[in-house]
Amino acid sequence: MVGVKSVPSPTIPSSAISADDRSHEVDHPSSEVAQFGADQPLRLDCGIDLSPFQIAYKTYGELNADRSNAVLICHALTGDQHVANVHPVTGKSGWWETLVGPGRPLDPSRYFIICSNVIGGCMGSTGPASINPATGKVWGLDFPVITIPDMVRAQAMLIDRLGIDTLFAVVGGSMGGMQVLQWTAAYPTRVYSALAIACSTRHSAQNIAFHELGRQAVMADPDWHNGAYADRGIHPHRGLAVARMAAHITYLSDAALHRKFGRRMQDRDLPTFSFDADFQVESYLRYQGSSFVERFDANSYLYLTRAMDYFDIAGDHGGVLAKAFAGIETRFCVVSFTSDWLFPTSESRALVHALNASSARVSFAEIETDRGHDAFLLDVPEFFDIARAFLQSAGKARGLSVKND
Amino acid sequence: MSVQEVLPLNGLASEQSGPFRADHLLVAEMVKPGSKVLDVGCGEGDLLQLLETRGIDGRGIELSREGVNRCVAKGLAVVQGDADTDLVNYPDDAFDYVILSQTLQATRQPKVVLENLLRIGRRAIVSFPNFGFWRMRLQLLIGGHMPRTENLPASWYDTANIHFCTIKDFVELCDEIHVKMERAEALDLYGRPLRLRLPWWVWNLFGEQGVFLLSRGGER
Repeated sequence: MVGVKSVPSPTIPSSAISADDRSHEVDHPSSEVAQFGADQPLRLDCGIDLSPFQIAYKTYGELNADRSNAVLICHALTGDQHVANVHPVTGKSGWWETLVGPGRPLDPSRYFIICSNVIGGCMGSTGPASINPATGKVWGLDFPVITIPDMVRAQAMLIDRLGIDTLFAVVGGSMGGMQVLQWTAAYPTRVYSALAIACSTRHSAQNIAFHELGRQAVMADPDWHNGAYADRGIHPHRGLAVARMAAHITYLSDAALHRKFGRRMQDRDLPTFSFDADFQVESYLRYQGSSFVERFDANSYLYLTRAMDYFDIAGDHGGVLAKAFAGIETRFCVVSFTSDWLFPTSESRALVHALNASSARVSFAEIETDRGHDAFLLDVPEFFDIARAFLQSAGKARGLSVKND
Repeated sequence: MSVQEVLPLNGLASEQSGPFRADHLLVAEMVKPGSKVLDVGCGEGDLLQLLETRGIDGRGIELSREGVNRCVAKGLAVVQGDADTDLVNYPDDAFDYVILSQTLQATRQPKVVLENLLRIGRRAIVSFPNFGFWRMRLQLLIGGHMPRTENLPASWYDTANIHFCTIKDFVELCDEIHVKMERAEALDLYGRPLRLRLPWWVWNLFGEQGVFLLSRGGER
């Protein structure tokens, strides 16, 4: 790392992660992989047929006899398929173990849980960091621009491959929530219930602006080389770290930052009168930036942020959101958090109004917390109670037995 | 039933009949099985749960976040929203019945809300506390202060109820906006219907609350 001082983590020293681990996962993930050959191209919104391609995924639990207990989890911008297992690159525990696991609302003893890395990602599904079979080199910016509907189309192909017709539930937060909503708009009869958390049916101007800031930070890094850094064996660490730092602020809240750090100093009592990380909050952000670049590809970050920017369900339905959900029988649960300023409650409310106008069965809860957008990944008991009850009542209506038999 | 029987005893709240409130049982009885219902101001979802046991597809709107979250945690399809501002987002004829249980008096625009109920639903069921109830009258007449009862214990300065009316007032409003009354019931302090077909003025005096089944197109 150049320029960004890393604060050692007590559990995972940053030196434990090598760039090789990350690039190995790109094409040879340590999870299941579904390969799609020339006969099964992925039809992208930009007009290109992507072929061949692969989708890396993890499953937890077992599919029941009538194939009715499958749950698809959609990950957020920088997430991946490792929902509830130790991450192969960072060695950290799964990113949603608060929700998924024994005794959790999504218990693998009850559900067959699937999570796939999105197309365009860098943890084993085909993306800009993958090898382009036509050239034998890393795709880089030659990779076609992908959208949220493209991600969902690829997931649908994976679900077909797994022999599942209808998903009992599609669950996700943030960009994952966008995929949940896209699933219900594109495949309403294949989704029995949808749990969409801290998300929106369209990316707001402010959010596009934040993403543009992040992309410009990556592109301003001289190591980016117009996206062709992989050929040179380097990675635009500094730009990507800055992008992550800026984004991370948007995942928190003023109150959460104040509670966590205040104006406290980092390992010192007096200011150094320099640009060192005097404040704890600076040190924390630098750590967030430096640990992120060790597991994430810079071009992938550009592509996935772009996919979120383009997302606008109403725009795909003549500007009328309710049309996207007309006649839908999926059971919805929409959850927002009071201090989330990235996907504020007003966005969820607009979605709920559209669902009401479509006479969809929808529950909507706003949860009081000062932890910002990130609350959906944290230990927020009220959220788990709601998720559990929603899934249980949907399971009852679906006739799912308690035991997986 | 003598008039004495409908007079309330001391220290009362709505009588429970099994796990459900008597006024909820009356409302539920007005709903045809298999219909689709919106409960506006559904509180913690007790009525929706009752309707669910009868095979009715119920949805709810509730203003308080705590109420909504308890409902959702019970597996009910309830959204956080305000009757005054959010009913406009529902399309015409979306429901067979729209229920407004003990909520009318807390809305800013009861007339607009009532009109919306009968736009969204083919029928509406409205229940509200009757400010013409004799104990209310007595408190104002003799006590000289704003009435408070077991069911409406808040003081004037901290009550959410801003638009009280009497059964007579409500009947007049229904006439004014051409709403047809299909069924009307007055309940005593225990939530029991006053069984006798008594004249309006008796209901207005002895009914602690009114419950009305309404439909469109009433004539003056």
